[in-house]
Amino acid sequence: MNAAFAVLAEPNRFRIVELLRGGPRAVNDIGERLGLNQPQVSKHLRLLKEAGFVDVRPRAQQRLYVLRPEPLREMHDWLERYRKLWDARFEELDGLILELKAKERGHGRRKRK
Amino acid sequence: MDVENGNEIVTKNQTTVERRSDRELVVTRTFNAPARIVFDAWTKPELVMRWWAPRSAPMKMITCEIDLRVGGKYRYVFEMDGGAQHAFFGTYLEVLRPTRLVSTDEEQNPTDGQALTTTTFTEKAGKTTVSMLQLFVSKEALDEGIKFGVDVGTRETFEQLEEFLATTK
Repeated sequence: MNAAFAVLAEPNRFRIVELLRGGPRAVNDIGERLGLNQPQVSKHLRLLKEAGFVDVRPRAQQRLYVLRPEPLREMHDWLERYRKLWDARFEELDGLILELKAKERGHGRRKRK
Repeated sequence: MDVENGNEIVTKNQTTVERRSDRELVVTRTFNAPARIVFDAWTKPELVMRWWAPRSAPMKMITCEIDLRVGGKYRYVFEMDGGAQHAFFGTYLEVLRPTRLVSTDEEQNPTDGQALTTTTFTEKAGKTTVSMLQLFVSKEALDEGIKFGVDVGTRETFEQLEEFLATTK
């Protein structure tokens, strides 16, 4: 999971994944749209492929890169776990906040007397 | 979920986590209280200790030190069931009571700021929305930050925490 996140932490690879969300694309097409040269795109695609984010599909003379859903789902699962950790903390915080509000109201009443 | 507390009906607010860019995560939650109360609960050590390690989680917060001023440090130490300890700490870069905090987040082996966290407290009609944006400075930092966020130390811890999180709704 961490490795997957690290692969996407490189901004251009993140942009490539975002672009491929729209559908399969060839290397030169990706390069043109993102303003990168072909060796750069090829390097990023190789790393993305090794991390399991993309697959290659030959079509006529071209090689099309497509997004694989699995790593993104893992990432989604990770974010959900992280969310639950904070949600559990915040439930405790809700209880504490009620207590602090009650205390503040108590002080207010005493002051008004 | 509604919880009745005295004469106050409290609706549980939603926690959201959003990946805003390749190295930013944002956690957002609204609390039913003015910002001054939420800010205190977030920054006074004796109050932070009440919520940072949820009661049902397999960890206890054993130290919480907060020097709330620009350049001041904070240090949180947890002890996991099984005895392993994990510390993390950082430095406050901005402190604006009760609306904004910016801090670095580091871990036991300090490197140059692994993440920069900007927390804003926005009050509206007596409620406060807290938005915590974590910007990871490098892919290694993101990696480490994520490791901490979930596993708080060790692999076993991660599994314990997973079990715990599976039981919370």
